[in-house]
Amino acid sequence: MVGVRLSVVDVNLCVGCQCCMFACSRRFGVAGLSKTAILIRSAGGIERGFVVQVCRACEDPPCAAVCPTDALKLRPGGGVLLDAAKCIGCKLCVEACTVDAVLWDDESDKPMICVHCGLCAQACPYGVLELSRGG
Amino acid sequence: MIEEDPIQNVLYVDLTRRRYWVEKRPDLFEKYIGGSGAAIKLLLEECKHGVDPLSPENPIIFAVGPLNCVFPMASKTVAMFKSPLTGNLGESHAGGRSGIALRSAGFGALVIKGASDTPIYLSIYNGKVSFRDARVLWGMRSSYTVGRVIREREPKAGLRTIMRIGRAGEKLVRYACVITETYRHFGRLGLGAVFGSKKLKALTIAGTNNIRVKDIKAYKELYQEIFKAETTAPALKKYHDIGTPMNVMPLNNLQALPAYNLKSAKLDGAEHISGENLAKNYLGRRVSCGHCPVSCIHLAALREPYEKEPYFYKTTMISYDYEPIYALGSMLGITSPEGLLKLIDEVEVAGLDAMSCGVALAWATEAVEKGVVSSGSEGTIVDLKWGDYNAYIKAVEYIVEQPNEFYKALAQGVEYAATKYGGLDYALAFGGNEMPGYHTGPAAHIGYLTGARHSHLDSAGYSVDQKIFASKGAPTPSSVANTLFEEEAWRQILSSLVVCFFSREIYKPETVQRALKIVGWDLSLEDMKKVGYEILALKHEFKRREGFKADALRIPKRILETPTPFGRLDEAFIREAVKEYFARLPRSANSP
Repeated sequence: MVGVRLSVVDVNLCVGCQCCMFACSRRFGVAGLSKTAILIRSAGGIERGFVVQVCRACEDPPCAAVCPTDALKLRPGGGVLLDAAKCIGCKLCVEACTVDAVLWDDESDKPMICVHCGLCAQACPYGVLELSRGG
Repeated sequence: MIEEDPIQNVLYVDLTRRRYWVEKRPDLFEKYIGGSGAAIKLLLEECKHGVDPLSPENPIIFAVGPLNCVFPMASKTVAMFKSPLTGNLGESHAGGRSGIALRSAGFGALVIKGASDTPIYLSIYNGKVSFRDARVLWGMRSSYTVGRVIREREPKAGLRTIMRIGRAGEKLVRYACVITETYRHFGRLGLGAVFGSKKLKALTIAGTNNIRVKDIKAYKELYQEIFKAETTAPALKKYHDIGTPMNVMPLNNLQALPAYNLKSAKLDGAEHISGENLAKNYLGRRVSCGHCPVSCIHLAALREPYEKEPYFYKTTMISYDYEPIYALGSMLGITSPEGLLKLIDEVEVAGLDAMSCGVALAWATEAVEKGVVSSGSEGTIVDLKWGDYNAYIKAVEYIVEQPNEFYKALAQGVEYAATKYGGLDYALAFGGNEMPGYHTGPAAHIGYLTGARHSHLDSAGYSVDQKIFASKGAPTPSSVANTLFEEEAWRQILSSLVVCFFSREIYKPETVQRALKIVGWDLSLEDMKKVGYEILALKHEFKRREGFKADALRIPKRILETPTPFGRLDEAFIREAVKEYFARLPRSANSP
């Protein structure tokens, strides 16, 4: 998976069905939306379309830069990997992410970090998302 | 059910005392699954015999089911209340994000009791209910603005539902709706007026509760199977491409599209307001309910110039579906797509049920035409004429504001207005609920008469008619009654899960059984069928308690005068089928 990252092909294709969010949560063996690392919300009312909040696979990610316990390690290809044992749940990473792509799991009190697995892209019926080679 | 499934939590909110509490009610959900099943039990518990639907004693119940948040197209929420339009069972379903949000918030049902003395809205997150001041929102002209303000003030974008009423609900128009996510509605039977009577302007709810399944491997497999079926079924692709208005032309060609208050079943110029024409020339965006890959919601982009400002335009996104096109288009003789869209928008701004509103205006137009009511006097204020959408836009405002006796009556529904002024023969209401848009044959009308909600979605008579017609079959009262009864009973299960009726070809009994097993309900096909009958029996227990009598059902003469694809309908046939239908209805264990 080195170098593979998730990208938004065309946000205007998004209908707001949130099937990607459910797919992401399902990865952890649960239904619902409690464990999603991707969020689809309206761009200020459904008439304006949607916003996809998901990790951009930054090469120099602010979330990792602010983590006081070094729980977020740089991921090959961009973005970060979470070392849950080190995370103290301070939410600085949530604040630091410029595009609000660090979501929170209330149950474990830890961030939901996108691992760029592409399950969300597979679940998208409209080709909004894709897994691509980083560059 | 799975032991810790939050679906068994019922959130009670008392608006009078501004208190809330949660009760664990596994009994409701184990036996009646959720949605319609749980809601009718709660309605029977909470709504005492004979209460005024607009009094604090009328409860509002929202319920979801075990498949919400778990399987795709389980996107709906059921609302139950006593209807201020019919004075009997009020039940209305909506999608948007409501089903996902309520289930994620950790509740199977929400019961709203009492009434506030000042306008408020409720915000419900993580099990906490806040009673927020809504005095500034009360009286706001547009329901869109109310949505925007709450959207900006409240958290959890993407995970919440925002239900709200427009001025029609505040003014207690008996067919005011509740709008959710701007373009979906608890449309029928006047839930908006019940909100208004409680001074409840809106409610927003969200949460991120875990929803567990029994067997993750089986879950993922069945999920993929259902998802694949939903994204490849040709029937569902049609909902995506053209949307529900794909029905306009086929129904018009069959001569089954009610036009001009059903003086005709065919509209000249229907092609201008067809799904195809709207999609080609006006479609601006397609959107979806939460957890539904189909995205049947079609939004037109209407670009209008400002008269006094050169090169100044406003672009409005207007949701259109078959039913508003029927009620506000063909029934009123409107063939201008721009005019129709503007009228639909005005109805949305005010927060009215498009169907009841259109049927009421169609009756009013014919009443003016026949001189039953006169224009200008105590009469109509607006000179209503077929096709004159500007007049209808004004009339919608008058239905909301009720400036004279005529509009006060019209705001109570077509049955009430026609009883007062005359013209009952062409007042198209069944059990007090205004007619849906299908004059396809006997089954459609028998369905409106017998359905627990008097809605086309109760038993889909329009579809029964079209199948019989296509196969050149000869319906009998008994065969029609039986088909409608079995369909309505099965739909009690679908609306207890709660899946969208558009997915009924996917959620067949065997699939439902497998899906329920994954969330911990072990029911045989026979069990499911029984539960369906029982839920339907409970609804009729409520109906009988509140005075419903099948013998007293009024059949509007108009439906017998205008030929259907089967020719003219025979009243004796309809009466016989209605009788047969009710003979099939089992009595619930504790019915009187």
